[in-house]
Amino acid sequence: MDTLLIIVVALLAVIALTQAIRIFEISSKIKGTDNDIKVNDKDNNAQGWLMLLFLIFFFGAFAWMVSEYMELTLPVSASEHGNEIDSLWDISMGVIILAFLVTQPLLFGFAYMFRGRKTRKATYMEHNNKLELFWTGIPAVILAGLILYGLTTWTDIMFPEKTEEPIVVELYAKQFGWTARYAGGDNTLGFANVRLIEGVNVLGLDSADNNSSDDIISSELRLPKGRPVLLKFRSQDVIHSAYLPHFRVQMNCVPGTETQFQFTPSMTTAEMRMDNDVIEKVARVNSIRSAKGEDPWEFDYVLLCNKICGAAHYNMQMKVVVESEEDFNKWLKEQQTFAEML
Amino acid sequence: MEAHAHHKETFITKYVFTTDHKMIAKQFLVTGMIMGIIGVAMSLLFRLQLAWPDKEWPILEMLLGKWGTDGIMDPNIYLALVTIHGTIMVFFVLTAGLSGTFSNLLIPLQIGARDMASGFINMLSYWFFFVSSAIMVASLFVESGPASAGWTIYPPLSALPQAVPGSGMGMTLWLVSMSLFIVSSLLGALNYIVTVLNLRTKGMSMTRLPLTIWAFFVTAILGVLSFPVLFSAALLLIFDRSFGTSFYLSDIMVAGEVLSNQGGSPILFQHLFWFLGHPEVYIILLPALGISSEVISTNARKPIFGYRAMVGSILAIAFLSFIVWGHHMFVTGMNPFLGSVFTFTTLLIAIPSAVKAFNYITTLWKGNLQMTPAMLFSIGLVSTFITGGLTGLILGDSALDINVHDTYFVVAHFHIVMGLSAIFGLFAGVYHWFPKMYGRRMNKSLGYIHFWITFIAAYGVFFPMHFLGMAGLPRRYYTNTAFPMFDDLADINVLVSYFAIIGGIAQVVFLFNFFYSAFRGKKSEQNPWRANSLEWTTPVEHIHGNWPGEIPEVHRWPYDYSKPGAAEDFVPQTVPMSEDEIANGH
Repeated sequence: MDTLLIIVVALLAVIALTQAIRIFEISSKIKGTDNDIKVNDKDNNAQGWLMLLFLIFFFGAFAWMVSEYMELTLPVSASEHGNEIDSLWDISMGVIILAFLVTQPLLFGFAYMFRGRKTRKATYMEHNNKLELFWTGIPAVILAGLILYGLTTWTDIMFPEKTEEPIVVELYAKQFGWTARYAGGDNTLGFANVRLIEGVNVLGLDSADNNSSDDIISSELRLPKGRPVLLKFRSQDVIHSAYLPHFRVQMNCVPGTETQFQFTPSMTTAEMRMDNDVIEKVARVNSIRSAKGEDPWEFDYVLLCNKICGAAHYNMQMKVVVESEEDFNKWLKEQQTFAEML
Repeated sequence: MEAHAHHKETFITKYVFTTDHKMIAKQFLVTGMIMGIIGVAMSLLFRLQLAWPDKEWPILEMLLGKWGTDGIMDPNIYLALVTIHGTIMVFFVLTAGLSGTFSNLLIPLQIGARDMASGFINMLSYWFFFVSSAIMVASLFVESGPASAGWTIYPPLSALPQAVPGSGMGMTLWLVSMSLFIVSSLLGALNYIVTVLNLRTKGMSMTRLPLTIWAFFVTAILGVLSFPVLFSAALLLIFDRSFGTSFYLSDIMVAGEVLSNQGGSPILFQHLFWFLGHPEVYIILLPALGISSEVISTNARKPIFGYRAMVGSILAIAFLSFIVWGHHMFVTGMNPFLGSVFTFTTLLIAIPSAVKAFNYITTLWKGNLQMTPAMLFSIGLVSTFITGGLTGLILGDSALDINVHDTYFVVAHFHIVMGLSAIFGLFAGVYHWFPKMYGRRMNKSLGYIHFWITFIAAYGVFFPMHFLGMAGLPRRYYTNTAFPMFDDLADINVLVSYFAIIGGIAQVVFLFNFFYSAFRGKKSEQNPWRANSLEWTTPVEHIHGNWPGEIPEVHRWPYDYSKPGAAEDFVPQTVPMSEDEIANGH
């Protein structure tokens, strides 16, 4: 019945539109004009004004979004290299917002200023080498700066200085969950392969490899503040992506290959919870949650899957805790090693 | 000399198995439009899910059947919808629908040729596309669901039916469909290249070609060089899926079972895919930029500013597009040194892009702008090209990409710069060349209504997505409710969905205007926009061979608008140079 009604309404709408157009056409025929198809000065004027109005509306909406939505974006970085990324981000954003604020008014402003009139004649100008050199040169110079700055940052992140030996932790991905493995006392991960997965040995560790006996398998990721961490990634089935937005860390987990990312957490979970933006965020989220009758939320760092991996991709997550090195070591000591598990 | 003997035409030879480039162009357009309706409708369905994840929508059960039981969308069909939406929009609408339509229509008409170099190959190109479209649509109805590994179909997800149901029959049909699509695309592209190189009329030197033709020509070259690589990627994937090879698979345990595959690399697929995938962005974008150059110059009643710079930037963008594919792979674990190289080459693209943007803007300066619907869409295109292009400076920078890779920031970026710009180019082309295609005029007021609603809704959909990305929201999530940290983003998602629905409905205005005008619209005069290029010298009624008599000779470039000394504000390419002009060194 609903379907029938929808079809009838759609048909009626089409008929109404057809008749409206017919009226347009007949009236323009009577007047002897082509008003329904030909653009005249009235249209040019109206559309030119609309271009100007749109520009004002567009910039107004942009300003509104910045004021309303910027507070929803990620809080201060919880890692050392993340601060570098954020500075590069701010400068790049400054450049592109400036370019945006200059070019859009030129475009819509010219569309308004030079809207067609019978009395106007366009100026014939084919090219101007000086002008073109100018707007090839300016972007080139700005880009040279951005490229240099970007590459320096990238190199700093990807080739960190070897001042302190990083703690080696493996993040293991499979549909649809994460497992962490700490390298233990020797700080070396034991060999592992999917073909060795059996029973409690869910990560496929090689028990014959001496390095694996002191490995520690954990269902949450705990990291010490201020120590470099070398994350190594493996996947059991399809490509996943380990995304730690608060730390500005992301790396794919690729079956058959091992990938890695090194970074240094700079804020503990407790410290981040005291951050003003985070306090506001938690308050905002909890007012929404209480309105829906859901449990309140306490801020935690989180690891998300960010590469399409199947039906429950949207819920492939793991809690991440950053604490003092002391607390971290205490926690690590309490965990069972692989040898003890077997 | 009559070019072609008047042989009897039946319905079949005229409308179905036609070799006439003008009819083939219309076939591409209408097929592309039907695919476009499907693609956009899919996006509206998943926008419903994203904005109101807990709500029951009877329409979902009606359309999706068992995948929408009780009006709740199944996560698997959500993935299928985003996958097929992407595939259809990128390939079927914006590649075949845009380039297929206007390359076919305009290349012979604007260079002064009777038809394509090979009408038969041209016909094959359309029919491969048609069969490919039919298979893609058919794949929506298979028991295990359509392909659902994302439009980039990364293995192992796309290779393993155990990992996602869409990787069964649905993915097989996807691969078959895309293989046929590639054949269609290659046949078309080879034809375009040969036609442009060999069949230009007397006087039509390469530097007198309209920018549309330059854009189509370079696009065709990009297609010929890159589509075969996608074909090889698809072929190897077919082997892995069906014949037990291990090109992309290694050390996998799925659904509790260890696979025997050993030694392959999923990253190999990504290299092959993006070797096409990135040029593909420009295969989509360049024709739109070509169309807007032509439309803006004609309606500004001014020469396009910096013709040579425009051609140069098309060539520069095309060249660079082949050496930037790695920017899609910064976080795959690829050697960081390679990441540096790709950051460098990627950011370079901003230079020719900036040149193009400034040249468009300068073309408006001191013009006499005729605000036709085509002109409005072209101005809209320049706006989205700038807005979306600028965020490319963020994503192309490997260090910044780390944190927004695969978030909604990316979705915002590529929809604005490539999706919107290209679709606006498509609309501009339809409004501008409709009189050439159907000999009739479209209604102007409906065109204005269509433009303004579409333009505002489009920005309304994609601009807020930047902020979602900056909040760390990943794309391709069935719902954002699994993470409390995204709870306060729900309002943005509702806003975006409202705009999407408004924008989607506005397309009904266009469809109505299109089909009504095609059959009942006012008859067009021969040169309705008072344009210079050759297509407007052909008769309104289509004839085989395009010109009833001799093919006209060309004496000048196509952008002599408002030339000092000329009686009118346009001088068609067929008008010989006057003594004065020759003396002035033109």
